[in-house]
Amino acid sequence: MIEAGHFAAILALVFSAVQAFTGLRGNRGQSGLFAQLAFAAMVFAFFTLLWAFARSDFSVQLVAANSHTLKPFVYKLAGTWGNHEGSMALWCVVGLGFGAAGAWLLKSDRPVFEARALGVQGILSLSSLLYLLLASSPFTRLDPAPLQGQGLNPLLQDPALAIHPPMLYLGYVGYSFVFALAAAGLIEKRVDRQWAKTARPWALAAFVPLSLGIALGSYWAYYELGWGGWWFWDPVENASLMPWLIGAALMHSIIVTEKRGSFAAWTSLLAVLAFCFSLLGAFLVRSGVLTSVHAFAVDPLRGSFLLGGLLVLGGSALLLFALRAPKLKGGPDWLATSREGALMGNNLILTVATATVLLGTLFPLIAEAAGQTISVGEPYFNLTFTPIMALALLALPVVQAWAWGKADLSSLWKWAGGFAGLVALFWLAGIGPFDIPLMAGIGLALGVWLILGAGQEMWRRAKSLGRLPKMPLRVWGMTLAHAGLGLFVIGAVLQTSGRTQTTLALEAGESANIAGWTVTLEDVRSIEGPNWYADRAHLIATKPGTKAELNPQKRYYPAARMPTTETAIHKTGTADLYVALGDGRRAAGGPTRWTFEVFVNPLIDFIYVGVILIGLGGALAMFDRRGSGKVS
Amino acid sequence: MRARTKRLWGVGVVAALLIGAVALASVALRQHADLFYTPGLIAEKGHPDAGKRVRVGGWVQTGSLEYGEAADMAFLIEDNSGETVAVSYTGIAPDLFREGEGVVATGRFDEAGNFTAESILAKHDENYEPRELKKAGQASS
Repeated sequence: MIEAGHFAAILALVFSAVQAFTGLRGNRGQSGLFAQLAFAAMVFAFFTLLWAFARSDFSVQLVAANSHTLKPFVYKLAGTWGNHEGSMALWCVVGLGFGAAGAWLLKSDRPVFEARALGVQGILSLSSLLYLLLASSPFTRLDPAPLQGQGLNPLLQDPALAIHPPMLYLGYVGYSFVFALAAAGLIEKRVDRQWAKTARPWALAAFVPLSLGIALGSYWAYYELGWGGWWFWDPVENASLMPWLIGAALMHSIIVTEKRGSFAAWTSLLAVLAFCFSLLGAFLVRSGVLTSVHAFAVDPLRGSFLLGGLLVLGGSALLLFALRAPKLKGGPDWLATSREGALMGNNLILTVATATVLLGTLFPLIAEAAGQTISVGEPYFNLTFTPIMALALLALPVVQAWAWGKADLSSLWKWAGGFAGLVALFWLAGIGPFDIPLMAGIGLALGVWLILGAGQEMWRRAKSLGRLPKMPLRVWGMTLAHAGLGLFVIGAVLQTSGRTQTTLALEAGESANIAGWTVTLEDVRSIEGPNWYADRAHLIATKPGTKAELNPQKRYYPAARMPTTETAIHKTGTADLYVALGDGRRAAGGPTRWTFEVFVNPLIDFIYVGVILIGLGGALAMFDRRGSGKVS
Repeated sequence: MRARTKRLWGVGVVAALLIGAVALASVALRQHADLFYTPGLIAEKGHPDAGKRVRVGGWVQTGSLEYGEAADMAFLIEDNSGETVAVSYTGIAPDLFREGEGVVATGRFDEAGNFTAESILAKHDENYEPRELKKAGQASS
């Protein structure tokens, strides 16, 4: 069976090559046909892998190394992409899937352009398949087959992490098709309003799953690692943030190209860069050149393959850009204080912010070349990324009302007064149980400012309640996304300034007081699951008017020979009471004392709800019917 | 505004933003890039400044791990130079933190040369080990 899969993957490679050749020659029909054939072959190849995992066929090396008969069935399946080779197979499926979807959905009245886009996509598919088959083949057999597998890393046996990679890849690889569209547009020298109208839904189709994928990964790290935080500015996290930021910039600049025909060169550059950053991310994660808290088994050789791919593909696209960009036509004139200016500002800030993340992420490599081993952590990013992004958030509600070409600035002072009022309100009053310092006050004001601003902009456009339902989906999308951003900011600021962390050592029956809660350890028991056993603590937390039971566990997975932390989280509506169980320590002759890490995380759900709203907003904008068809 | 004035404006804004970002980044990197030390390197070059955040990496010396009354613990980090660094830490150690295994502790030295860790990084799975340790060389087997 797996040999049939291997053969199908080779077939997919051949079809992709034909797709690239016919596409670049301008044959829309043939290229599209082969894109779909290649996708079908790759889906079959991936299915054989899924089948091998489902049946625990340990004669397949990948299954033997990453699965176990006692593992729950869902995680057997998810184990297919819970490892390097399988995840690269998934990468290929998604990439070829975007090619096939493009062949099916592209209807721009420009067959040659579409053919070229499919051709470029064919080259990208070909490269990813070459990488899969030559450097990380999942189709290798073991002889003799072992009787039992080594098990999947238990940290990955989790619902959020089972769907995190597919989501993230839909985003990463989705940008490959945006890249292909940009390259085709540059080849044809037609990055214009029609091009933007065609490409915009694809840019959103990558942005939406990338947003959700990052949120899922962050949520997983929050409850599974037991550190109580949601973002660690780790290289692996930054690797996904950078394409997201560039994707966000692209999403805004492509609007200008669509509506006005301006920013054509800039938009195509961002479209190319978004995928380059996705590849850079894959390189950083897979090569292990940087120390990461999330790094799994890594392989420098594969890293150099990926780096080579990044340099060749990115380099040729940038060369193409350099040759063609000067020949693209611009739109009508605009002033700095106009919607064009506002969106240019948004783009500048997002790209500069991306650059600071890139610098912080790669700086350890630069220093290493100079002979020093260093790492760059959260303080660096708080000092650079945060204030730069704050600029954009501050300006957003004001400048989004600016008109194309030339804005009316007469009400600017009202906005300034409004924001100052908000800051004063938060700083002077402090809200509820949170005693907030000035910087946090500004941060919270920013969040509320964004939400109010999103509502105000919607109202400005609709003018009456009755017209709200008739507003186009993309306006709704924008409103949701900007309000989501506001929620996210509120959650993130409260997490940074209002979180409490306490380490406890308790024996059974003992209590401790934390941030208004009284936490009592009832007992600790041994329990057993399908492929693990655990110590489970039973804690009762009380607060005037509330009572919560918490059962954090320390699990041990014998197959993988490793322990994991299962945190317990009680949601009160305004905060998470979060408990992680450490180890039991027994003093000579005394009772066992158990260690706990207890966090009170105010409004952390705002972070995730905010990002989901951003994704939902993107999805609404993607399905806006005015997004397809010809420019009127 | 004429086209030229407009362009000047644009260039000015971009330049201001870039200069601001570069200034911020260089200050942040100077203050917040954490240097990495091994016990051998500290013996050779002396302790880093007290209060500066650094990272110390090596292996948890077998037999050195001691738990305190509360959630505190103390252990020695060793490397193949034979030198050690005493580390104290309060909190839950990572799941794969064990004697004899690799560890990278982030924290600060005090005036007396004691190291208090704020966070401890151990392996994330059986096949992975913090990268600095590969370079530091295998000490304990």
